[in-house]
Amino acid sequence: MSVIYLVLPLALLIVGAAVYAFVWSARSGQMDDLDTPAVRMLHDDDPTAGPRPPR
Amino acid sequence: MATDTLRFAAPASAAAVDVACAHCGLPVPAGLVEDGAERQFCCSGCHTAYGILHAHGLDRYYDLPERRDAPVQASGRRYEEFDHPAFAELYVRTAPDGLARTELYLEGVHCASCVWLVERVPLLLPGVARAELDVRRSLAVVDWDRAALPLSRVAQLLDQLGYPPHPYRGVTRDAMRRREDRAMLVRIGVAGAIAINVMLAALALYSGELGGMEGEFARFFRWTSLGLTAPALLWPGRVFFTGAWAALRTRALHMDLPIAIALAAGFARGAINTVRDSGPVYFDGLAVLVFALLVGRFLQQRGQRAAADSAELLHALTPMTARVVEGGAARELPAQALLPGMVLDVRAGESFAADGTVLEGASSVNAALLTGESRPARVAAGARVYAGTLNVEAPLRVRVDEAGETSRLSRILRQVEESAQRRAPIVLTANRLAGIFVAMVLVAAALTWWLKAHVAPDRAVDDAIALLIVTCPCALALATPLAITVAVGRAARRGLLVKGGDALEALARPGTLVLDKTGTVTEGRTALVDWVGPDWVRPLVLSLEAGSSHPLADGFRRAWPDLPVLPVVDAHHVAGGGLEGIVDGRHVRVGSPRFVREGGATVEDAVAAALASMDPALTPVHVAVDGRVVAGAALGDKVRDDARAALDALRARGWRTVMLSGDAPEVVASVGRALAFAPADAIGAATPEGKLAFVEARLREGRADRRRGHVVMVGDGVNDAAAIAAATVGIGVHGGAEACLATADVYLARPGLGALVELETGARRTLRVIRRNIAFSIAYNLVGAGLAMAGLLTPLVAAILMPASSLTVVLGSWLGHTFARERPAAP
Repeated sequence: MSVIYLVLPLALLIVGAAVYAFVWSARSGQMDDLDTPAVRMLHDDDPTAGPRPPR
Repeated sequence: MATDTLRFAAPASAAAVDVACAHCGLPVPAGLVEDGAERQFCCSGCHTAYGILHAHGLDRYYDLPERRDAPVQASGRRYEEFDHPAFAELYVRTAPDGLARTELYLEGVHCASCVWLVERVPLLLPGVARAELDVRRSLAVVDWDRAALPLSRVAQLLDQLGYPPHPYRGVTRDAMRRREDRAMLVRIGVAGAIAINVMLAALALYSGELGGMEGEFARFFRWTSLGLTAPALLWPGRVFFTGAWAALRTRALHMDLPIAIALAAGFARGAINTVRDSGPVYFDGLAVLVFALLVGRFLQQRGQRAAADSAELLHALTPMTARVVEGGAARELPAQALLPGMVLDVRAGESFAADGTVLEGASSVNAALLTGESRPARVAAGARVYAGTLNVEAPLRVRVDEAGETSRLSRILRQVEESAQRRAPIVLTANRLAGIFVAMVLVAAALTWWLKAHVAPDRAVDDAIALLIVTCPCALALATPLAITVAVGRAARRGLLVKGGDALEALARPGTLVLDKTGTVTEGRTALVDWVGPDWVRPLVLSLEAGSSHPLADGFRRAWPDLPVLPVVDAHHVAGGGLEGIVDGRHVRVGSPRFVREGGATVEDAVAAALASMDPALTPVHVAVDGRVVAGAALGDKVRDDARAALDALRARGWRTVMLSGDAPEVVASVGRALAFAPADAIGAATPEGKLAFVEARLREGRADRRRGHVVMVGDGVNDAAAIAAATVGIGVHGGAEACLATADVYLARPGLGALVELETGARRTLRVIRRNIAFSIAYNLVGAGLAMAGLLTPLVAAILMPASSLTVVLGSWLGHTFARERPAAP
């Protein structure tokens, strides 16, 4: 059971990474518009398209 | 007008079949069907849009599942002011890669496939690097190379596709709001992550209490919980402490106060117990408390955001510059610099920058901005024109009468802004209770502690803290915003777009309902209402009217889509009178009674009597064949089929109904009779300013009556916008002017007044769900507080009960029956 001393801090590190990723995505504006990407996803890409325009 | 300006359909031997427009899918009127053409279109707007898509190989648009089902109504403006330096200063920024960036508000974005169009088509123009659409807010961000392409070209393209663009002025306020929203989101996310992990540790501890756990591991878990909860209080939870501090300083009772006390006391107690290694700790309850409260606050904030964007949009509707003629030369001046007496040169496709009188030229003006009517009105020398309206056909010279702040549009907009700000926020019941609740909880906690301190000092603090935790107002805080959020979401699926929860609360109780006439209670189009005459005359009339672009012709075409169109010879249109030509070998004259009479037609008494009996409120059209008047039609704006039933249903629920229209009083009175309005409640000849005054007067009268004093205004034009902003709840109707929809609290995306009845029903049910939630919260709090005071509640159990109560409220809101869950059946 003393493995808990290793496992729990490890789990917390992973949580920390996840929280960091979330905070980064929120602060860089990726969560601003949650409706349009859902709609955009339904559109097919052009079959013969060249490089896509920068987003 | 010359004959060649009219298009006449090729003769068809059989009745025209039901043909659908290749772009928007709506039926094509028989007179516009072109035999032999591969694709048919219902209007030139759709034809143009199809041409653009086809030319660029974007036909895949027509395979998209959800397409806009309205014809393309391009405004036809040239948007030259978008290239003006003054525009650039206000609305254009520099994007990171050196390109220019601007945000445009697009009209007509109401469907998912609009994203596809708006994000793809502008990229086809050389120089446009990026076009992104936020479908919920109708805002498009465009990055483009100014050296390669003027912005006006992009704007024209968007217009041709059916999305007239406007500059978006709310950029700075938006940036602030975005920062707030992001900060809130971060807080919720962090609080949630911490709460989940603390609960895991707590789970281990609870199992340990049941099955036994070695002391060192229990200690480890307690210290871990402490270490996780501390940042939860310091980072996401800090808002409660700052709020409580502010409440103390201003001596106002705010919900943050007991929360902050509970958090601080609970944490202190838990920390002490962790160090002493004995006694209960309830960090999980604290962490969950922080998370649940932040979520509730977030929902509340989103629900109550006022539509301040509306005023920004309206300001973008007037052009920024104007061409002033002085001594033969024309120069450009900003619109604010215009003075009365100046002479403006307004070309076709431009908007008027000020109110004025036409000096030279004859053209037609689209006053949809002010009246909501898309039918252009003819103007010639001496006619008055208004700022913001569009000059459609030919260049005009206009003398400025009122400019800038004194123009009619500016005055209406100012009234809209003032009304929007003056509106007192409707205090939700939960907030009203909050102050009382806070006081009671604090008193109860203090009482518990003081009483217990003498009897059992060790229990005193625990019981007081248990009380503070269990009576957490999170159930109250969540109950109302949750129910409203769910109801608003469901209403949106039904085509009833509600902007704020307070609109639902006002709609739930009957008050005064003020309706516009044209386009709201009536269909807003010219339709054939009455026909007197033999059937054989109909094809003759239809053939003559088939190619005319006059709105009355539209009424005939829509009334008789299946009748055959016969060959017509020598047809011509007499301005202000009617049409004349040879149809199927007979000489036919169709037009106003005076026009037909002047042609020398004779009338039999029987026929004359029949014609005279038609409703005088409608537009009469007489038909003479071979010199004899044989038939007549009455055309007008038809009342909607479901209007009477809807109004009666609302009246039965206690609403007082009033119709307020800018149309002629006789017409309004006639419609009022048909819809069972009391004669005093069908008011005609109302100007936009008059409508606003009426609504304000009703509001003043109703202020004494809290339950029934509110005013709901339903309209569709900018001439309704000020009244809509002033009313307690403003409702914009399907097909209305964009400016009006922006100021309304509710937008009915479905045509017909049945949507209004459904809205009112849903609002009442939502209020019922809210009351149920609040009642449950109160009951739960009373029971919980009682148990805590009696010493039957440990803080541990309190911390379990509290999220359980929140969950119950959430479930209650979710399962509550407010609006129907399915999408409405296609008409």
